[in-house]
Amino acid sequence: MARLALFFGEFMAVREIKASDITDTVRMLCIEANTDLGDDVIQAFEKGLKQEESPTGKAIFTALLENAKIARDEKVPMCQDTGFAVVFVEMGQEVVISGGSMDDAINEGVRHGYKEGFLRKSICDPFTRKNTKDNTPAVIITDIVEGDKFKITIAPKGGGSENMSRVTMLTPSGGKEAVVDFIVQRRQEAGSNPCPPVIVGACIGGTPEKAAILAKKALLRKIGEPNPDPELAGMEKELLLKINNLGMGPQGLGGRVFAMAVHLIKHPCHIASLPLAVNICCHASRHKEGEF
Amino acid sequence: MSDEIKKITPPLTDEMVEGLNAGDQVSITGTVYTARDSAHKRLIALLDEGKELPFDMNGAVIYYVGPSPAKPGQIVGSAGPTTSYRMDAYSERLMEVGMKGMIGKGARAGHVVDAMVKHKAVYFAAIGGAAALIARSIKKVEIVAYEDLGPEAVRRMEVEDFRVVVINDTKGLDLYKMGQEKYQIA
Ligand code: SF4
Repeated sequence: MARLALFFGEFMAVREIKASDITDTVRMLCIEANTDLGDDVIQAFEKGLKQEESPTGKAIFTALLENAKIARDEKVPMCQDTGFAVVFVEMGQEVVISGGSMDDAINEGVRHGYKEGFLRKSICDPFTRKNTKDNTPAVIITDIVEGDKFKITIAPKGGGSENMSRVTMLTPSGGKEAVVDFIVQRRQEAGSNPCPPVIVGACIGGTPEKAAILAKKALLRKIGEPNPDPELAGMEKELLLKINNLGMGPQGLGGRVFAMAVHLIKHPCHIASLPLAVNICCHASRHKEGEF
Repeated sequence: MSDEIKKITPPLTDEMVEGLNAGDQVSITGTVYTARDSAHKRLIALLDEGKELPFDMNGAVIYYVGPSPAKPGQIVGSAGPTTSYRMDAYSERLMEVGMKGMIGKGARAGHVVDAMVKHKAVYFAAIGGAAALIARSIKKVEIVAYEDLGPEAVRRMEVEDFRVVVINDTKGLDLYKMGQEKYQIA
């Protein structure tokens, strides 16, 4: 709904979005993300099945395709770890939210989605380990952008792959080589813990916290969609080859396809620093978007 | 890795465990118990206090899993393995009191691999993330302890043709290393 608001004596158009509509959308997206694996991931499984040389590796791809089909057909989660609800919001600066706060609306949606979708509640106190029992709070990352649109992406992330994430501050003299070495080594050390075949997300630059967020955002790109930056596209190719040449294969049991894709993002950094964040995503690469 | 599928039914004996080799495809039918970090911590606390465990550990196979809630009409929700290294600190104590098998995903610490040789036990991997598919081989589920832990409660599961692969055997071999050596391109 568009309406006019008076700011400092000038009229400007604002678009109103109801908090309850955000809650509804989040609820639906939580369930969809966990039960309906993206077509790009399914296609990557099919490609992997063709590429894989190890018979065990091939059997794993076949099992993953079957698993994704059961999840989609029966509307059950593809993985029992239905993750931390990570929510990316792109909010147009002409949007106003009515009837409650945005964060409350999103958390309410997570609460409903995880309950009604029979999704596992995995969020707890770091010391007592007491479960919050409704999978809240969500991790909400908001960008204010131009325009009057409101875009929301739910990206549930399991603990097994999240535990393999790292942020490091490299020395600028190390350059690209140090970046490539660190990512390959991280992938090797993570072994079969993050349920390979994986997608490796990484951000080079920024500050430690900026890099961590962008490394996760890099995972949202569709598998197979080329990186618009030719330099990064080249590095992605090199990294994918090096990682798959490790020979660790699907589930780390030996084979050709240890990773299905590498997604890089670059951000300017301080003259004294070369930050690098690596975020590995398992084959249950879940994310769904909604837009108002 | 051979194509033959070895069929086993817990409780496992020393002889059964010694007949399994890293790389073997195994089909499990029978009872397995579930436990994750928090349940392991409580089991070890019971042992420390000299108290009885909530289930018979002799020959037991423990499956590291925290299933998603069952939908109406389902026996269990999705139920794939969780990462095993988080249980490394507890596993030897359980092997000392008779545990013979563990099912999870990911590599174990060296001291756990050594303990498997010493106490004659094996570590299996199930396909991480193939949780909706694995749930089909689970025929019955019952909570036996720690209901307050929710998904982390200890459950008795009756499984049928639950497919796993031997990662670490009683000879100290490790399939993760063997598999990589075969396909690595230097
Ligand atoms: S790493 Fe991913 S696929 Fe594996 S158990 Fe965790 S959420 Fe599931």
